[in-house]
Amino acid sequence: MNHPTDLPTRRDLGADLPAVTEDQRHIGVAIPREGTRRLTEGRGQFIDDIELPRMAHVAFWRSPVAHMRITRIERSAAQALPGVIAVVTGPEIAALCKPWVATLAHLAGIKSAPQYPLAMDRATWQGEAVVAVVAETRARAEDALALLEIEWEDLPAVLDTQTALDPATPLIHPELGDNLCFERQLDTGGVDEAVARADAVIFGETYVFGRHTGVTLEPRCQIADWNPGDQKLTVHHSFQAPHMMQDLYCRQFGLQEQQVRVLCRDVGGSFGIKVHAYPDDFATVALSIMLKRPVKFVADRIESFVSDIHAREHRIDAKIVATRAGEILAFEIDDLTGIGPFSMFPRTSGIEGNQVVNLTGGPYKHKAYRARLRVVFQNKTPTCQYRGVGHPIACAVTEALVDGMAMKLGRDPIDFRQQNVIPDDAYPATGASGIKLELLSHEACLREARRLCDYDTLRAEQATLRKTGVYRGIGVAALIELTNPSAAFYGVGGARIASQDGATLRLEPSGALTVMSSVGEQGQGAEAIFAQIAADAVGVDIGRVRIVTGDTDATPYGGGTWASRGAGIGGEAVLQAGRVLRENILATAEAILQRDRQELRVFRGAVVDARSGAVLLELAELGRIAYFRSDTLPKTFTPELMVTRHYAQRDYPFIFTNGVQVSHVEVDTDTGFVRLLKHWAIEDCGRVINPMLVDEQMRGAIVQGIGGALFEECLYDTDGTLRNGNMADYLVPMAAEMPDIVVGHVQSPTRSSMLGAKGAGEAGTAGAPGAVMNAINDALAPFGVRLSSQPITPEKILRALGKI
Amino acid sequence: MPTPNDHPTRRVHVEINGQAVVRDVECRKHLTDFLREDCGLKGSHLGCEHGVCGACTVRVDGQIVRGCLVLAAQADGCRIETVETETPSPRLKALQDAFIEHNALQCGYCTPGMLMAALDLVERRPHAGREEVRAWISGNYCRCTGYHAIVDAVCAVLAQQQAGRFSDAALLEAAK
Repeated sequence: MNHPTDLPTRRDLGADLPAVTEDQRHIGVAIPREGTRRLTEGRGQFIDDIELPRMAHVAFWRSPVAHMRITRIERSAAQALPGVIAVVTGPEIAALCKPWVATLAHLAGIKSAPQYPLAMDRATWQGEAVVAVVAETRARAEDALALLEIEWEDLPAVLDTQTALDPATPLIHPELGDNLCFERQLDTGGVDEAVARADAVIFGETYVFGRHTGVTLEPRCQIADWNPGDQKLTVHHSFQAPHMMQDLYCRQFGLQEQQVRVLCRDVGGSFGIKVHAYPDDFATVALSIMLKRPVKFVADRIESFVSDIHAREHRIDAKIVATRAGEILAFEIDDLTGIGPFSMFPRTSGIEGNQVVNLTGGPYKHKAYRARLRVVFQNKTPTCQYRGVGHPIACAVTEALVDGMAMKLGRDPIDFRQQNVIPDDAYPATGASGIKLELLSHEACLREARRLCDYDTLRAEQATLRKTGVYRGIGVAALIELTNPSAAFYGVGGARIASQDGATLRLEPSGALTVMSSVGEQGQGAEAIFAQIAADAVGVDIGRVRIVTGDTDATPYGGGTWASRGAGIGGEAVLQAGRVLRENILATAEAILQRDRQELRVFRGAVVDARSGAVLLELAELGRIAYFRSDTLPKTFTPELMVTRHYAQRDYPFIFTNGVQVSHVEVDTDTGFVRLLKHWAIEDCGRVINPMLVDEQMRGAIVQGIGGALFEECLYDTDGTLRNGNMADYLVPMAAEMPDIVVGHVQSPTRSSMLGAKGAGEAGTAGAPGAVMNAINDALAPFGVRLSSQPITPEKILRALGKI
Repeated sequence: MPTPNDHPTRRVHVEINGQAVVRDVECRKHLTDFLREDCGLKGSHLGCEHGVCGACTVRVDGQIVRGCLVLAAQADGCRIETVETETPSPRLKALQDAFIEHNALQCGYCTPGMLMAALDLVERRPHAGREEVRAWISGNYCRCTGYHAIVDAVCAVLAQQQAGRFSDAALLEAAK
């Protein structure tokens, strides 16, 4: 049921906090993104829209089976097809591109095997690229794929995580000695003591999270353009981190940074899918170098399903211990996760499970915690970081345990959480897993969630409807989300992934402002908020600000988009550069006007008298003089109207955000269908720069979380082939099934930056699976059954109810 | 067995956004590839090429279709409208404005198809409520927004329409 939104987005949240700039008009305000107009007119520039001279197209022959030894590749017929330019195999590509092994030094003991752009002698998952066909058109390249004659010997496929480590199970990489990629144990002590207490109440369950994938509507795509004349590589990429890829191309191909330019213009959805280095990406670059011409690769949907990273396949035995009086004493988890045959480059596939260990129990003040994580290899598509990265799992496990315990103790779920969350006045705090928490607001968010959803009315309605055979449920989830990471995330582990970002601001002669940021745009609105921050920091109208991102030749060096860091890190760099540029403008005005700087301020596009506000010098006039009439300025003074500042968060390993989500569902106990009635989210991402964009990040992320909770799963056959690798069979959330989502805000700015912004992009995905699962279990409480395996399908519900 | 060497072509006459276009096109080529590759119109996007995602939605003789499920040859003699039109109708312009106002797009990849589906709704179902809007656009996949803002934007244009914004008199007035 979709009610109209009863609470309109608040247009201005800036007034709730002390201003961060002198004349704050844009920060905190819901300003629409006028920059998206071209996208509404079909005039974006996505990769597949770009056509270059001499451009060729590549299509890959991918392994049709989970594990095979390649015995023969006969390519003469394919090569002979008119329009085919080259047919290339793994060893030929390997001569140009070094193999890689994705490990991180701070994930002690993590191991993987060397991986190549194209399979060498074995293919280890269905979808691994084996042969590349380059032709004048993609269609012709696909025609040629059908003419390849490839023979192979089937090898046994390792699929089941629960038997992957058994001695009888074949090894995917015999040289590694076992199928274990990574293992971690954490024990604070005290769990067994908590269990042994006389007043201990224990609740335990096994949680299963299906494999799913990102399904960016624009598939992965790129054009690699090696120019033999100047020995330079340009890659037009649909990607989140251009500098990271520039670095990787240099390292894998033996190039220098001055030879490599990565450009990211419009990116049709990313969500973490487009922040990894894929084998076919390196293969495309190698082909361009080999053929000395641009090569375009655009994955089709079928190959996206088997070659984009997957995520989430976890099985977790978990328990919670509390006192009869309702004090949570301990959490314990044992997480087993399967990641495919290789750890993914360069972030590794150990991080998701590592996050589950770090984050489980995160909102609560218990002291005892024990966790074990095992990350195992299997012959399925590699998994890696996808929106939320471990948070949706940790949150769902934690919040299902908390709800289970509340039910066991006969406590209201919100009251039980209020009793056990780390209090808002207890920060900075350290969580049981050792995570450092700067400033969170669980109590305030729970209060606001209760108010916003009109909780007591929902409960009363639920009780009334139950008598008529209508089963509604209310599910609550408190969450923490790591954002604004320091170098502790990847840099300390040896990965060349920047945690810092930079912004360059240039005052143009006309008084316009150009902002160049190393954080790019994939739809979240990074460019829009940078314009808002720059306009306020310098003191110009937002209409005079232009943003340039996604070009390693043009922007400062930085990490790009990942771990909810664009606003908090990239935005702070813009603010700092803007503050310095404003000072430099005043210094220039001082030189022009021969007035003391203290008497001047920059105000709405002009230098004005600080006391009277009278306009003394329009910025256009200041720019004219500074750039074209330097002869009129004092000889000792040079205007510096272009400023670069960088920012890295160094106070904490991460700046955590928090929030509370409430899901309202109705379960049809005859069909097992779940109707999502409404969803509420209270979020605290610190200073909100644009409330509309934060709302939309929350909504989009929540729906992605709902997708994993109810619909999405990569289903594998017993032989390791993906059964539902298309959009008809792999269910994604569509408009009709989705609820309206009401978003509320609490603002606890981080003190690690002047801006005070934390990340907002992933918290929605973190909380939704837990909230929805709790709502379903709440609805089914009268039947004494619980669901703990996601996606929660109608079939699983009917089985739980004993109806099938 | 036919060899992939031999792909017959056919001459296609179409009108695209008011412009007459004549091309020889491979019979196997679908309408969206034809628009993108043969006509240079990159505004229609491909998300799945099997008729599910709706990113390629365009209008053929007034009916919305999935460009990936129609062969270019089938569109011979037809009038094709895409979001790239240089002369958007008042309703399409209002939808474009509302999508920006409500942030009903993030990456923008689904937007051309979503707008064409929404335009069809606004024209055919002037009294649609929120639930009907959700049902109508449920053939168009958006991974970014979670749909709420898209529904808001379409409902806002429906409300403008009900208030008479697109009546002949109002349009005449606006033209002045």
